[in-house]
Amino acid sequence: MLLFVLRRIGVMILTAIALTFIVFYMTNLPPNLEKLAKSEASVRMADDAVASWLERNGYGGSVFVRYGEWLGVMPGWTLTDEDGTIRGRCIANGQDAATAARFCGILQGNWGFSTVFKQPVTEVLARSLGATGWLMLWVMIVMVPASLLLGVLSGMREGSRTDRILSTVAITTTATPEYVSGVILIALLASATAGISPILADAGWISGKTLFPGTATSAMDDITFWNFFLPVMTIALYGIGYIARMTRASMTEVMTQQYIRTARLKGVGFRQVVMRHALRNALIAPFTVIMLQFPWLLNGVVIVETLFNYKGFGWTLVQAAGNNDIDTLLACSVVAVFVVLVTQLISDIGYVFLNPRIRLA
Amino acid sequence: MSDTTWDSSKPILEIENLSISFFTRLREIPAVMDFSCTVMAGEAMGLVGESGCGKSTVALAVMRYLGKNGRITGGSIRFKGRDLTNMEDEELRKIRGSEIAMIYQEPMASLNPAMKIGAQLAEVPMIHQGMAKEAAWKLARQIVADVRLPDPDRIINAYPHQLSGGQQQRIVIAMALMSKPALLILDEPTTALDVTVEAGIVDLVKELGTKYGTSMLFISHNLGLVLDVCDRLCVMYSGEAVETGNVEQVFDKMRHPYTQALFRSIPLPGADKNSRPLVAIPGNFPLPHERPAGCNFGPRCDYFTDGRCNAQDIPMVQVPGDDRHETRCIRSTEIDWNAPLAAAKVVEKTPIGRVVLKLDDLKKYYSVSGSAFGGGVGKVVKANETLSFEAHEGETLAIVGESGCGKSTFAKVLMGLETATSGQIMLFDENVQNTPIQMRDTGTISKLQMVFQNPFDTLNPSSTVGRQIIRALEIFKFGNSDDERKARMLELLDLVKLPRAFADRMPRQLSGGQKQRVGIARAFAGGAKVVVADEPVSALDVSVQAAVTDLLMDIQRKNKTTLLFISHDLSIVRYLSDRVMVMYLGHVVEMGTTDQVFQPPYHPYTEALLSAVPIADTRVQKKRIVLDGDIPSAVNPPPGCPFQTRCRWKSQVADGLCDREVPPVRMLEGGHQIKCHLPDNVLAEMEPVIKIAAE
Repeated sequence: MLLFVLRRIGVMILTAIALTFIVFYMTNLPPNLEKLAKSEASVRMADDAVASWLERNGYGGSVFVRYGEWLGVMPGWTLTDEDGTIRGRCIANGQDAATAARFCGILQGNWGFSTVFKQPVTEVLARSLGATGWLMLWVMIVMVPASLLLGVLSGMREGSRTDRILSTVAITTTATPEYVSGVILIALLASATAGISPILADAGWISGKTLFPGTATSAMDDITFWNFFLPVMTIALYGIGYIARMTRASMTEVMTQQYIRTARLKGVGFRQVVMRHALRNALIAPFTVIMLQFPWLLNGVVIVETLFNYKGFGWTLVQAAGNNDIDTLLACSVVAVFVVLVTQLISDIGYVFLNPRIRLA
Repeated sequence: MSDTTWDSSKPILEIENLSISFFTRLREIPAVMDFSCTVMAGEAMGLVGESGCGKSTVALAVMRYLGKNGRITGGSIRFKGRDLTNMEDEELRKIRGSEIAMIYQEPMASLNPAMKIGAQLAEVPMIHQGMAKEAAWKLARQIVADVRLPDPDRIINAYPHQLSGGQQQRIVIAMALMSKPALLILDEPTTALDVTVEAGIVDLVKELGTKYGTSMLFISHNLGLVLDVCDRLCVMYSGEAVETGNVEQVFDKMRHPYTQALFRSIPLPGADKNSRPLVAIPGNFPLPHERPAGCNFGPRCDYFTDGRCNAQDIPMVQVPGDDRHETRCIRSTEIDWNAPLAAAKVVEKTPIGRVVLKLDDLKKYYSVSGSAFGGGVGKVVKANETLSFEAHEGETLAIVGESGCGKSTFAKVLMGLETATSGQIMLFDENVQNTPIQMRDTGTISKLQMVFQNPFDTLNPSSTVGRQIIRALEIFKFGNSDDERKARMLELLDLVKLPRAFADRMPRQLSGGQKQRVGIARAFAGGAKVVVADEPVSALDVSVQAAVTDLLMDIQRKNKTTLLFISHDLSIVRYLSDRVMVMYLGHVVEMGTTDQVFQPPYHPYTEALLSAVPIADTRVQKKRIVLDGDIPSAVNPPPGCPFQTRCRWKSQVADGLCDREVPPVRMLEGGHQIKCHLPDNVLAEMEPVIKIAAE
């Protein structure tokens, strides 16, 4: 067990290094850096001025060296200006060069400074991840039970009317991407001119103009049903359909097993057959799918947070990408890689515990 | 546990003119037509027939569990006078499991893998008698002890996968007995089990039947088992009952041509592949929607008369002079039933040629890791220990043993799917023990082929039968054009008695037996010289077995093929093999010619095996030797002689030698080898297990 986990962690670290290097390389392509130089210094810089600005700010040198510096395994760059002051990656403004650390990459906790938010990246990340954490938690709370219920209900009698209706629902929701379902939900529930809100407002059943607010910004401070319903549902709907389909497949297979026949012919009622005999066997497969939903959720939040103006991880990522904020982008990719790899590990280990007949080698 | 007392002179189960159909989008497929049978209290009724004859459908109809597209289209099933065919679901549920219980073919699949044994057992009285949980578990523990499982406290807290196949089947039986049902339906209850385990289960079923006075509906394709267990039997063919009567009546005075043909196609003692070959039933089982007019068996029957047998529906008629003995044959009084079998073609014994395969001290060990995550202490499984033998051209060498004895491992090593740990395999003039299959050249591969045990997994589900055989021909570089290969493929289908139309079918449209024939066709496609047949007929019906063994023998004669016939079925082994090798836990415990192995002196394990095989002949008297327990795990074999834990002769060996030392291989006269410590005088005094009473 320990050996397996250690080996998996080793592979994870290698994967993380490879992936972050790719992101680092892409964000540090020359046109990108030129844009950075122009936005930081002066928009009207000539080409040679850009080159010298980059040189003076540590963007010269090979991409490998800079990646090493960013990671914290290479000493940070230092430069002596004409006036004799020593500047460097690890030297804060006005700090004495002698007291500064030699290494200052993400391994040392120095994640850089966000050019958009004018804050250290760590602070930006902490705030946005916290916000996204809440969003994800509620998505999971809504999505997992709903999808399992839907899947089990449709899978227990394959081909029945219930199955066909629920399957249609599941296929519809899973075939609707968030940017479509989000817009539809807003139009339907959060628009003062369309959907049901005007009707409700006319009838005097709601005090405001819309049933739900069209933005979730207020949820940053205080989460309520009203301001969180739409973003949570937008993400969850897609997942519900997807997991429900998986659960249904697993459930229909279990229901054709001989031990189900055994139970039926023992005189067990249908409800008991489903609850006691089928359910646990049917839930083994969807577990992996649910774990794989976590990294996918990160993907979903990008759209939903932008749509509902909720300042979480996805929104931050979009801002960083749109404004060429290299350090923030890199940090976001580190987080994403980490989430993906850790959930994979958990799903592999959890599978073994759910199903004792599976062996990992 | 019936709420009303039942007059035991009336039948428990009465099925009258039952017809069942399955409805597909295309058509209605009649599965059972005009089926009648009666089971009296305490009686064991056997339902015998080949797969697809509708015997399981009858059983499931009694349970009213026919699936979505199955429907009872006529007749009635009366259980204790109540008609089950129009019973409400709720009423049915009360009868299922409490008054009628069922035992299934595959115990592993019939038990819920995620529930403890105790919970699965206790459920029955909890549902039907509203018993409290503690009381139900106590009852479960007691019934587990009743079905003679060791350590019931451990077992009721175990999960199904922690038990062996035999133990699982005992649990299924225990589950059926939890509420003392009036009728027990056993659907091929021992087909998936080893013979020595089967013998134990059969004993148990018989004993429980007498103890509780339960009536039984025993479904089997094995006539020997039916003779062992049942009082009466009903032979089914293509959805109809063709003959019904007492076991003795049907076995000794059969009055239907199909029953007769069935008995002629099974290897009874005295049958011999050269002088008295089995008579396979000609033709094929009719597909349900292609049944002939009149008698279903007509087209395959030796006594068929045009204009009579196919003129009208044939009714069941009483056999004159017999009590409750009926047959569905209008010529039953005209046929001379005692006429000797028309002289079957007697063939020359295949001459035994040079040595083609020689094994010397072959060993195959596996190392397995201890815990679920690959840590822990590794263990060594000794799958094959010191295997040495020679096989000659044109010879049939049978390798006999129960699951886990290492016979399939040996086949894998020979085929090159595994490489040997040590020792040598000489195939013709080539050492192949260390050459895995991907390193072998086409010649070697087409010379050495295999017929596999499980026909369900050995065909590609997404490719037609014809295409798969042609693919084999292509690989073996047979023929010059596609047309040539196609013609050869159709010939191969004829050879394995499949209709040519099957070339365009997908494997899922074939029955298990038909799939196995395709497997055989594929193995012989390249003109194989040495064929390893790993339990090739164990999944097939009896009449099919005869045809397939016949086919194997035919091809063997033509090609001088060396056949390594791996099997646990001693009847078929006795019938077709020249030499026999008996294996137990990786050791060869006995080896010799067929006569030597089937006559005393025996190795104690061979003796038990012989005793366990059910024989469908009322004249045969057998000594009953039931082995206790299961085969020890190969991961943790007993010290000393591998068989010492179950051997009934152990006390005859002085000072516990069996516990300490693996017996040496002893040569008896005529090259008969035996691995046993028993002294010569004890071996000499052994009595034959099977005796045929004088007629």
